[in-house]
Amino acid sequence: MTTTSKSGGRRAGLLGWLGVAPFFVFVGLFLFLPSVSLFVGAFQTQEGAFTLDNVRSLFEAQFLNAYRTSILLSALTAVLGGILGGLLAYAALTGGTPRLVRPLLTTFSGVAANFAGVPLAFAFIATLGTTGIVTQVLNSALGLDLYGRGFSLFSFTGLALIYLYFQIPLMILVIAPAIDGLRTEWREAANNLGASPGQYWRYVGLPVLMPSILGAMILLFANAFAAYATPAALTSGQVSLAPVLIGQFFQGDVLADPHQGYALALGMVVVVGVSVALYSLLQRRAARWTR
Amino acid sequence: MTTVLLENLTKSFGEVRALESMTLEIRDGELVSLLGPSGCGKTTALRLVAGFERPTGGRVLLDGNDVSTVPPSKRNMGMVFQAYSLFPNMTAAENVGFGLRVRKESSEKRSRRVGELLEMVGLAEAAGRYPHQLSGGMQQRVALARALAVEPRVLLLDEPLSALDAKVRGQLREEIRRIQTELGITTLFVTHDQEEALALSDRVAVLSNGRLEQVGTPPEIYGEPETPFVAQFIGTMNRLEATVTGPGHVEHEGRRLGVDAVRDRSAGEKVLVLVRPESVEISEPGEAGNGHPRNGMVEGRIVGRSFMGPVTRVKVSNGAAEAITADLPSRNAHSLKIGDHVSARFDPANARVLSLDE
Amino acid sequence: MKSAKKLSLTKIAWLSIGVLYFLVPLLATLQFSLQEGREGYGFGAYTYILTDPLFRQSLLFSFLLALATIVVSMLLLVPTVYWVRLKMPRLRPVLDFVSIMPFVVPPIVLVVGLLTLYQGAPSWFVATPAILLCGYVIHALPYVYRSVDAGMEAINIHTLTEAAQSLGAGWGTVLLRVIVPNLRVALLSGSFLTLTIILGEYTMASLMLFNSFAVYIAYVGQSQANPAAALTLISFAITWAAMLGLLAVTRRGSRGGAEVQAQIGGAR
Repeated sequence: MTTTSKSGGRRAGLLGWLGVAPFFVFVGLFLFLPSVSLFVGAFQTQEGAFTLDNVRSLFEAQFLNAYRTSILLSALTAVLGGILGGLLAYAALTGGTPRLVRPLLTTFSGVAANFAGVPLAFAFIATLGTTGIVTQVLNSALGLDLYGRGFSLFSFTGLALIYLYFQIPLMILVIAPAIDGLRTEWREAANNLGASPGQYWRYVGLPVLMPSILGAMILLFANAFAAYATPAALTSGQVSLAPVLIGQFFQGDVLADPHQGYALALGMVVVVGVSVALYSLLQRRAARWTR
Repeated sequence: MTTVLLENLTKSFGEVRALESMTLEIRDGELVSLLGPSGCGKTTALRLVAGFERPTGGRVLLDGNDVSTVPPSKRNMGMVFQAYSLFPNMTAAENVGFGLRVRKESSEKRSRRVGELLEMVGLAEAAGRYPHQLSGGMQQRVALARALAVEPRVLLLDEPLSALDAKVRGQLREEIRRIQTELGITTLFVTHDQEEALALSDRVAVLSNGRLEQVGTPPEIYGEPETPFVAQFIGTMNRLEATVTGPGHVEHEGRRLGVDAVRDRSAGEKVLVLVRPESVEISEPGEAGNGHPRNGMVEGRIVGRSFMGPVTRVKVSNGAAEAITADLPSRNAHSLKIGDHVSARFDPANARVLSLDE
Repeated sequence: MKSAKKLSLTKIAWLSIGVLYFLVPLLATLQFSLQEGREGYGFGAYTYILTDPLFRQSLLFSFLLALATIVVSMLLLVPTVYWVRLKMPRLRPVLDFVSIMPFVVPPIVLVVGLLTLYQGAPSWFVATPAILLCGYVIHALPYVYRSVDAGMEAINIHTLTEAAQSLGAGWGTVLLRVIVPNLRVALLSGSFLTLTIILGEYTMASLMLFNSFAVYIAYVGQSQANPAAALTLISFAITWAAMLGLLAVTRRGSRGGAEVQAQIGGAR
């Protein structure tokens, strides 16, 4: 693919399309086609006829439960992770914190965000599992019997606690640029005009950050919703989650119609798709103010 | 009646001395400019007055009261920043009304006042627009209106025009001066542009490396610089290193020059003779010219010639030291060409003198 | 207002709590990993892991797969982004859209889709890591795209291309000798990120029945607690190393680039 061609010609020409073709072909083969076949399959019976049964059954108890739990868990960790991550990011990135903190925080957040999955699950088992260190320490030092009181790492609460470990860093990473975008002139101007720090946040700081904060929380939501490895590694099945359910369908655990599994997958894509669309919208709004 | 006094103000940032014992008084209704190159300490001084920094030494006094430890929100001063200071989530009107809102003024009082101020800066029809919809010049006008809305005792401006286009800068400069005079508000204006400072101010304070070099009216700063730095920083200046040879005479590069200002100095003293380009005359070499004694700064060739509109700037050199710069009315200069042999001379009364030995 | 330089007590408190929450599980894992039998402490768990042939195999597997993912991704994306930026700006929104699709079709859904669609495909594809590789390229797509795009944004490809062409270079030369060398930081950071993601990826590998590193960790975890803890820390250390590599590379690169790049990937 060398030589020739009108240099710098504005029109793309055949060569251009040839250049981008491999990419689009690849994406078509390995992203779009599989997805489309799944969606089509969701509306098919075992024999291949069109049906709405699979989708309809998504609203039955066992599946609806899974979705509901997933949505609740994701929403909870998104909001909590958002607030805590936001506060942590703000504490670390503004004011008098030493310059070293920033790269340290970024790196650690990157690590923690990627630590999710199997290793994270084990780390928490070692910490708060039935024979976990913290469990034992709380018992011996404070007489607090966690498991006796009904706490379990394999419950909704336990999962939420674990999810926060990668949600908070993700929030920090996503919100850091937005916090950077808060110009010092705004704070000083507000101060000069008589506003207290609280008033500055109320009238200027938070409103300006709000699209970014909301967008970040939505991202966190989608992130938690799609999580498979972490809950799968904890394998106690006490908490029914949509991704895990899908996994079970395709690991032959459940002797069922795979088309049902496709419908489940479709449901997931719809939820995540809506989230990502909302996120894009909010990002555009936020960009308007940080020119 | 609001006066501001900077008394022996010193500010260090760790190892760096940003401001060294600066004392300056700003009288009621005056517009004083803090002028100097980047890093000279002018913005630091302004921020100390505003309260964004605490002095390492010295005090800031407002009408005789020490406000050095008073937080910025309580000093009742209005500040206009260089750029980007408008709150992006509020319209122009909401921005202007912000200070009043914080003071819990009623919304009718607020909207009335906002209307007045937007009118004053000529932006009444832009009230509902957001900052990103306004040009740089308009943004700064809104910033000015916002600062004035709370009727501050002092107005502080931190290089408000530096980020704007030249044309807009000129217009806005005049408007700021007009508004300031109308309101009679005591004002401190920071800039690195000496033309701006000279045009706007009642008095100019020139700073360099954290120290105050000179304070005076624009004509004083321009015509009577008291330090070599001021002489070189303000406008263009011919600087001749010379030695006093007698009452009213010096010797420069082997030529005898008449300089009235050295009358009281003793022979042998090393001085710096300062002559503005507009005081330099160009004439035929060897000519007496206007009855002056037969001496001239330089006899040499024209090595540079720039047509600048009303004035033509000519540079004369004899190959030795620095070229002499002369600004001539263009109608007198069109016969001069590069390479011409000329003599550059000045009226002995038009030279300033500074000592060279500290 | 107090001098902005002072570190307030509340901030310190916040940061300390944060540090604790993130450190404690790691310390607990460390303790677990050092336990031997009932009472003793030692490195037995670590020795066990490090001498387990499966450890080396699975780590090598994931590492090589990551490398392959990086190569394929770059080969696909660099020319495409270059062309779209240079000649076909109308396709830009399409690219942006495609690059966020992998978020909308999460790994669990993608793997199911791939397995279903290609179940009848020839075994050189479906029974080898090739199919996993394709899934991984898609999975890493958003991050690689962002790196490459940001890199090209920073250099003026129009001017560089025209200058090279005016000196007689053909397209291949322009891309290989002019554009790519200037993208070094962006490409490296994208590579490190991809490496981190693939090393930790579990979902697709386990459902496609491959013994990747993460699958190995899960396998160990099911039977032996202490070695699993040791393995957890080892994987943590590896991720740290990759992140530090990313930091070192982007140090000289765009400001804020590190944050934009280092977002979550892989395992979850």
